[in-house]
Amino acid sequence: MAESAAATPLHIIVLVKWVPDYQLERRIAEDRRMDRSGGVLSELDEYPLEAALQIREAAERPVRVSALTLGPSGASASAKKALQIGADDAFHLTDDALAGADVAATSVALRGAVEQAFATGDEETEAVRLVLTGMASEDGETSAVPAQLAERLGVALVTNATGISLEGDAVVVDRISASEQQKVRADLPAVVSVTDQANDPRYPNFKAIMAAKKKTTTSWALSEVGLTADDVASRTQVTAAAPRPPREAGEVITDEGDAGKRIVEFLAKERVL
Amino acid sequence: MSAVLVFFDAVDGSLSSGQQELLTLAASLGEAHVVTGAADPSEALAFDGVEVVWTGESEISAPDPALVDLLETAVRESGADVVLGTDSADSTDALARLAVRLEAGLITDAVGVDGDASSGATSLTVHKSVLAGGYTTSAQVTSGPAVITVRPNSVEAALSAGAAPEVTALPVSASSSGVEVLGRTELEASERPALTEARVVVAGGRGMDGNFGPLEELADELGAAIGASRAATDAGWIDHAAQVGQTGVTVSPQLYLSAGISGAVQQRAGMQTAQTIVAINKDEDAPVFEIADFGVVGDLFEVIPQMLEELRRRKT
Repeated sequence: MAESAAATPLHIIVLVKWVPDYQLERRIAEDRRMDRSGGVLSELDEYPLEAALQIREAAERPVRVSALTLGPSGASASAKKALQIGADDAFHLTDDALAGADVAATSVALRGAVEQAFATGDEETEAVRLVLTGMASEDGETSAVPAQLAERLGVALVTNATGISLEGDAVVVDRISASEQQKVRADLPAVVSVTDQANDPRYPNFKAIMAAKKKTTTSWALSEVGLTADDVASRTQVTAAAPRPPREAGEVITDEGDAGKRIVEFLAKERVL
Repeated sequence: MSAVLVFFDAVDGSLSSGQQELLTLAASLGEAHVVTGAADPSEALAFDGVEVVWTGESEISAPDPALVDLLETAVRESGADVVLGTDSADSTDALARLAVRLEAGLITDAVGVDGDASSGATSLTVHKSVLAGGYTTSAQVTSGPAVITVRPNSVEAALSAGAAPEVTALPVSASSSGVEVLGRTELEASERPALTEARVVVAGGRGMDGNFGPLEELADELGAAIGASRAATDAGWIDHAAQVGQTGVTVSPQLYLSAGISGAVQQRAGMQTAQTIVAINKDEDAPVFEIADFGVVGDLFEVIPQMLEELRRRKT
């Protein structure tokens, strides 16, 4: 390992999203946008955060972990939760022009915020840079933001990490593709998406919750990360949205010794055999 | 007719059902052109209507970013205004990056695409099922080309065999820039269909009590894929890849047979768009019965063996 790598600080930005709670009823409003009046930190974003904290704990170099969220004012709750879990500081990009942002608009805005967050701080100018994300958001579920962000930042992309470790100024990642398990190395800077198989996220304890009160969250409008409303125009539009009619309960029987046969009869009748 | 470019991130001996559905969809919108980083895809693509196939000069496989260069070059060569791919992670990664380069609209996880590619990318209507099947939406790209990933089991594959197409190599080669692959291990090949593409899924949960044997037998009898609830994968009874639900895989098969799964929100999010749901659970209050088309309150270790017996009896 190069001497210089051990000394160079590392700055990890973890993207965290404030999403409608899937345990409750989620709805699309009349303007065909997600109702974002309530929310929670996306569970899938706890895994990249845990990965960042583990890297910080294992590293023999200064590691700063920042949480970055994009969303309406309520989204600051997800930044706060990330601070309680263990991030060092947080950033919140919020702007009316981002309402209803599609993948393209989101990744443009995130690029601006990521670059601004990396530039913030004293020692970070020389720091090596890593962006960690979840495997998907729990609301939009496109899984396409990490790839678009990497492309816009012009850095390496590794998705679906089931394990990640730091080696000098590179990350070594175990990832799964459709047909194989891969071990890959990516030089930093890079964007890595982390699956829910990578680790067991910690819960914030009382001490961490108290410590989080002293940590800072910086809020930015688009103009403060060098972007205009035109820069974050969506390239897609939703033209219609309708709730799916709820499934109705069918026949429920209690097994009287012939239920196996009756299921097969039902399948034959429904022509699904 | 306008070209519709179909991207396959990998091509094995023969096309998967999801890939065949994609070709069928492409042909309904225009003239299907195929681009893939796979080596020698010609035999697998021997279908009527598939005449234009692009590859790189060498095999290019994910996560090599040269796949994006290959896609970009193929879009230029074919003049395609519509690009389709499966919704696998590797395919989504490459297409999402392509969309940035083309300043194109990206729509993922479509369950249908209507229109005619020759009327332009912005004229297409793309259908999606979102919020775990809670809503159906329609969307359009406002800036072409349209880059769309499609969920398996969304269209009926209807292809007829044809001559093996000629393959044209584009001047793009595998690169090692940025991401270096240190090792690859093939995942254990299964005789069963892929979970996301299967027409029939049989899934087990906490009620399996660590014994997936009967369910595996049933899966083999029905030609089904095996799914599981989070409780079962967390317990280590079955591989995590089998997890169906909000944090796992979303499936929309013709038949979903749920065994020993209570059917809490987490699980329902991954399977409630299945055409037919059959549930077996010993708890009559299990929420899965609220959405099952046919439910059995009973012991799955008695019901499933009887199902097997009856299925085999009907076969003979």
